[in-house]
Amino acid sequence: MERTFSSKAYLDMELLRFTTAGSVDDGKSTLIGRLLYDSKSIFEDQLDAVKRASIQKGGEHINLALFTDGLRAEREQGITIDVAYRYFATPHRKFIIADTPGHIQYTRNMVTGASTANAAIVLIDARNGVIEQTHRHAFIASLLGIPHIIVCINKMDLMDFREEVYSSIKNDFQAFASQIFPNQDMRFIPISALKGDNVVKPSINMPWYADGTLLHHLETIPISQDHDLKHQRFPVQYVIRPESDEFHDYRGYAGRVAGGFFHPGDHVIVLPSGIESEITSIDTLSGPLTEAHPPMSVTLTLKDDVDLSRGGMIVGAGDVPGESCDIAAMICWMNPKPLQLHGKYALRHTTKDVRCIVQDIDYVLNISTLEKVAENKTIRMNDIALIRLHTTKPLFFDPYTTNRITGSLILIDEATNETVAAGMIL
Amino acid sequence: MDNYQLTHLKELESEAIYVLREVAAQFERPVLLFSGGKDSIVLVHLSRKAFFPAKIPFPLLHIDTGHNFPETLEFRDQLARSVNARLLVGSVQDSIDKGRAVEEQGINASRNVLQTVTLLDAIEANKFDAAIGGARRDEEKARAKERFFSHRDEFGQWDPKNQRPELWYMFNGKKRMGEHFRVFPISNWTEMDVWQYILAENIDLPSIYFTHERDVFYRDGIWLAAAPFMEMKPSEKIEYRRVRCRTVGDISCTGLTLSSADTVEDIIQEIAATRVTERGGRYDDKRSEAAMEDRKKEGYF
Repeated sequence: MERTFSSKAYLDMELLRFTTAGSVDDGKSTLIGRLLYDSKSIFEDQLDAVKRASIQKGGEHINLALFTDGLRAEREQGITIDVAYRYFATPHRKFIIADTPGHIQYTRNMVTGASTANAAIVLIDARNGVIEQTHRHAFIASLLGIPHIIVCINKMDLMDFREEVYSSIKNDFQAFASQIFPNQDMRFIPISALKGDNVVKPSINMPWYADGTLLHHLETIPISQDHDLKHQRFPVQYVIRPESDEFHDYRGYAGRVAGGFFHPGDHVIVLPSGIESEITSIDTLSGPLTEAHPPMSVTLTLKDDVDLSRGGMIVGAGDVPGESCDIAAMICWMNPKPLQLHGKYALRHTTKDVRCIVQDIDYVLNISTLEKVAENKTIRMNDIALIRLHTTKPLFFDPYTTNRITGSLILIDEATNETVAAGMIL
Repeated sequence: MDNYQLTHLKELESEAIYVLREVAAQFERPVLLFSGGKDSIVLVHLSRKAFFPAKIPFPLLHIDTGHNFPETLEFRDQLARSVNARLLVGSVQDSIDKGRAVEEQGINASRNVLQTVTLLDAIEANKFDAAIGGARRDEEKARAKERFFSHRDEFGQWDPKNQRPELWYMFNGKKRMGEHFRVFPISNWTEMDVWQYILAENIDLPSIYFTHERDVFYRDGIWLAAAPFMEMKPSEKIEYRRVRCRTVGDISCTGLTLSSADTVEDIIQEIAATRVTERGGRYDDKRSEAAMEDRKKEGYF
């Protein structure tokens, strides 16, 4: 058999997770369809199905947006209901797209998609320029700490591919963005998702733009600094005790490194007890390791017999996180039932489960104008607010801007078990 | 690449191990749904990694339609023994005999849909509160919307319009009595990722994934295996061909690929060159545009 595909190259690829933000008619589905189609990630049976559907709906060309169609209810209504995940790969990277709908429950879905993303594509319709929705998207991207923002100015074909249209929208966006995230990595690309300009192939219609296609940016954005590599953080998920003859006294702490580098011999502090110990080994099925870093899943063993279980954390000695029962967090409310001031909720922080009471609401943010409304004590679905929580047991946390794992929390309604809020600790 | 940036496959492995450990930590009676297919075999491998040096802390459950390839069943038994895991088998034939499920009739009859009855009965009888499956989001459009932790009501049903938001890597497995979760640790893997991982980790597979000669017949663009319970149309005739399975399900719905690939490397080359999706060869997905969506809502895998 002829070998044309290199497994070696495939195994060496990095993974980039990105999310897409755009209003209903900004061409988001078309853009994703274009990326998948031009990167040859669409299979024949999928293409046939979309061709059939396009003709059935009376279209003359392949409707690229149909590649991202999901559930029957969505096809019937021509909308997207929930976050859908798409996958494609080029010879350089593998990509996971969190495709979020542009209308109802928008904030909730974008927050979900953004929470694990390395990059966000913010789509702007060149005909409309920066609108209120664009402000919302940019703000959520900044709130969720997405390291890289790619602003795609779409439908340039409808504006005769004019440079001044692009420049003016870019200036408008930068003016707003400089207020909320001055140090953000931001890139701007003029595209036509429908015609394919600057998505995968460089545009021949916009010779004035030479800063690379969207795919080029996705393939080359440096992502190795996207994790917290400074602070040693290891939330314990599960204690491994084989209780077998071979590993009679073995006690391993299983978890995923949330920050920093861990090595055998490192002096660490075990939380919540505060006891000092030393890492004896970093164990995996394939053998012990000399180093572990984010986001590796490993098992640590310690020199001393300490009291440590799920919800505890192993951290670097001399580099302990904040400890408190009083937490200030920006939250995004995600449930139709409004937040209850002075209400009690279950709270999950890393692997730790506690209960909390909502003590105060500082303000609800109007994310279009960035206005802080302090009188507003009603928090409804899709609202962003700064609130004060008091927990039953102390949390060991970092600010969200330092570490997206040890700085995040969720609130759970104890009556319905639903996840009702995403919180970013200040 | 910096030496502290994981490759995509290592990152996906780490993610899957993390999810498996969350299951062990959050649930009292988890179970791993084992089909004998490559995805569930990879799940068993990942489970060994997640809990090493301890044993896998949950049993394996196979829903046997009674129409499986014998090679799959042999492999299943051997794998369960080698990882020292308890193997439970739910039998679709039993469900039919007890009148819980009704055999489909006609030329396209399959026990695929009936598996849901047996699966939900097994979950209820054993009081399983989390069932780990090898479904991937790239497989099918209804699966693209799945969570890692997917909530099921007391009837085992999935409500795609009302899923819990899944933020960062915090999975909310809280539930009421009688409800359960389906958990999909390899949600973010693609077909190619699974094969590359099998190659990199040197994972054993049932022989039917590799080329072999078999009696087959052609129906609606798909090669199907001939078997005593497979009813054929008069126009269909049995041929002896070199084939292999791209996915492994029940004989009645597993499409076979004409192929001479006899190593994992060969299979990877074949998949890299193929222009048809994996489930394009699944007879069960051909039933309607929303075949998977409908089955999933009822409680299918």
